[in-house]
Amino acid sequence: MAESQIATPRPYARTSSAALPLGALAVILAALITLPFWATGYTQRSVLEFLYFLALAQAWNLMAGYAGMMSIGQQAFVGIGAYGLVVMAEDLGINPFLTVPLAAILAVILAVPVSWLLFRLKGAYFAVATWVIAETVRLTVNANIDWLGGGRGRTVRSLGQFDRHLREDLGYWVALALAIIAVFGVFFLLRSKTGLALQAIRDTENGARSVGVETRRTKRIVYLFAAAIAGATGALIYIVQINVRPDAAFSINWAAYVIFIVVIGGIGTIEGPILGTLVFFFLRDMLADLEAWSMLIFGLIAIMMMLFAPKGLWGLLNTHRPVLLFRTARRLPERFAPQKEGE
Amino acid sequence: MIAMSTMLNGVLLGGLYALYGLGLSLTFGIMRTVNLAHGDIIVLATYLALITTQVLGLTPLMSLAVLVPVMFCIGYGLQRLILNRTLKDGMMPAVIITFGLSFVIQNGLLLGFSADRQVLRQGAIETMGVTLAPGVTIGVFPILTLAVLLVMIFALQAFMGRTLLGRAFRATSDDPATAELMGIDGKRIYGLAMGLSFAIIAVTGVVMGIRSNFSPFDGPARLIFAFEVIIIGGMGSIYGVLAGGLILGIAQTIGGAINPTFFQLAGHLVTLGILVVRPSGLFPETIERD
Repeated sequence: MAESQIATPRPYARTSSAALPLGALAVILAALITLPFWATGYTQRSVLEFLYFLALAQAWNLMAGYAGMMSIGQQAFVGIGAYGLVVMAEDLGINPFLTVPLAAILAVILAVPVSWLLFRLKGAYFAVATWVIAETVRLTVNANIDWLGGGRGRTVRSLGQFDRHLREDLGYWVALALAIIAVFGVFFLLRSKTGLALQAIRDTENGARSVGVETRRTKRIVYLFAAAIAGATGALIYIVQINVRPDAAFSINWAAYVIFIVVIGGIGTIEGPILGTLVFFFLRDMLADLEAWSMLIFGLIAIMMMLFAPKGLWGLLNTHRPVLLFRTARRLPERFAPQKEGE
Repeated sequence: MIAMSTMLNGVLLGGLYALYGLGLSLTFGIMRTVNLAHGDIIVLATYLALITTQVLGLTPLMSLAVLVPVMFCIGYGLQRLILNRTLKDGMMPAVIITFGLSFVIQNGLLLGFSADRQVLRQGAIETMGVTLAPGVTIGVFPILTLAVLLVMIFALQAFMGRTLLGRAFRATSDDPATAELMGIDGKRIYGLAMGLSFAIIAVTGVVMGIRSNFSPFDGPARLIFAFEVIIIGGMGSIYGVLAGGLILGIAQTIGGAINPTFFQLAGHLVTLGILVVRPSGLFPETIERD
């Protein structure tokens, strides 16, 4: 028996079996799904915003925290999603809510050629190039395409066909679906073989390549996934906001807020961005009246976190006793376990 | 005539862009991390010059006597007290810290000086022009900018090439671990490099403030031009900064001459084109390092 097991070793170690605290998860999900029926409009709008920031944060975290791709240009895909909504809903007559998945596909189609350029660049050059690309797309839309309304942008008039409450509720559920796809997409991706490759890349990229991890292919999967999430989020944001302007849709603030969220929560974990989004919203609410002070304080917090708690709040919570909500860490199979004395 | 005047204006604008890039190129080439607050620090220097001129009654150019040493100390302190603490974790902490710093500076300036556009007053030189041919007039101050740039580039090149400290800079850029074995204190070198970069930024900030008006949120645009200069010219190359600045300046003025809305876009497209053809720029001098 033992020998046959050794003869057919598994290609990689399994993640632990009790993957998720299912009971707690069911309660939270039920509360979130039914939220439009029992919460106030204000709460619903806040939670909606929370959900799409969570989706963006998960995608950025997968990219920066696991695959080492430090992008400061995801606003390119948020904006592309937003303008995808405008063109598909206004000019092609597609149902605005249906444009959310289509915007994800559009973002992926555009992200493929962008990745050819970006993946030749390393480290700091990669980060800078993502931003230059986002600015290029913004300026192109801003100035040169009358069809997209130039600097003044365009309004999604076809949203007028929906009753306001129906529109808000549908928008909310789309946001919830997006956040669920982002969180569980990242979760299942990390538990898959690709996830093993990613965690190896996170620990040491050259080491991973030397044992046969296809780092470039793995990174491309992650980059396209992040683009899809950002594109869908862009369409969703402007279903809620209705007016699409290039300065807002391609604003670097989309990247900035997400970076603050992930840095506060903890980079390189699934729990970190969730905690980070909660803390970010709490802080933003508290600082809402302070305008310039609030961005200054977020900047200071990011600096302090990197200096004193580079693993974020989740890392601080986890220093003494590991709390694992999302189990993505691998266990070594027993046959590889360190030998005990005298054996 | 129009073509000639466009080219000339491009070259003069490029002089300013090369100044933006020079300070960044130094730290980028040696530390290999991006200072995402570079543009905001240029704007900060301009505001510090504004305060100095108001408090001490100096002209902006004379305020450099105060500003350059002050900025050197700020840069040295930033690197030694903050950025050096995170070196072992790769480039991500430095990128995020300077990203946070960028927001601190922008909003700090907004709180201190309001969003109104300000200008540094140097006097008549601001508006003086030389007419080279009928219809081709160029400003005296932009020519002066170009001269300042050339002096700084030659001085920096001589410093890097001929002095012991310059050699230590280059050694640390190529291979910090081996340089350390040879007795070079890498953290001190990083501190000095950032200090020198900030001293260059002081000059850049004053020149920028005299040439155009400025406001607290002008930093990111300056940063992106500085990056493009380095991307075009090649990392670590001092003469590359000059080439990058001129190419970016000319690209923008040609774009702007075709259609005013193509101004910045033309610069971005040339940059991305260079990245496609030569990912490490036209004249890269640094060694590939992980």
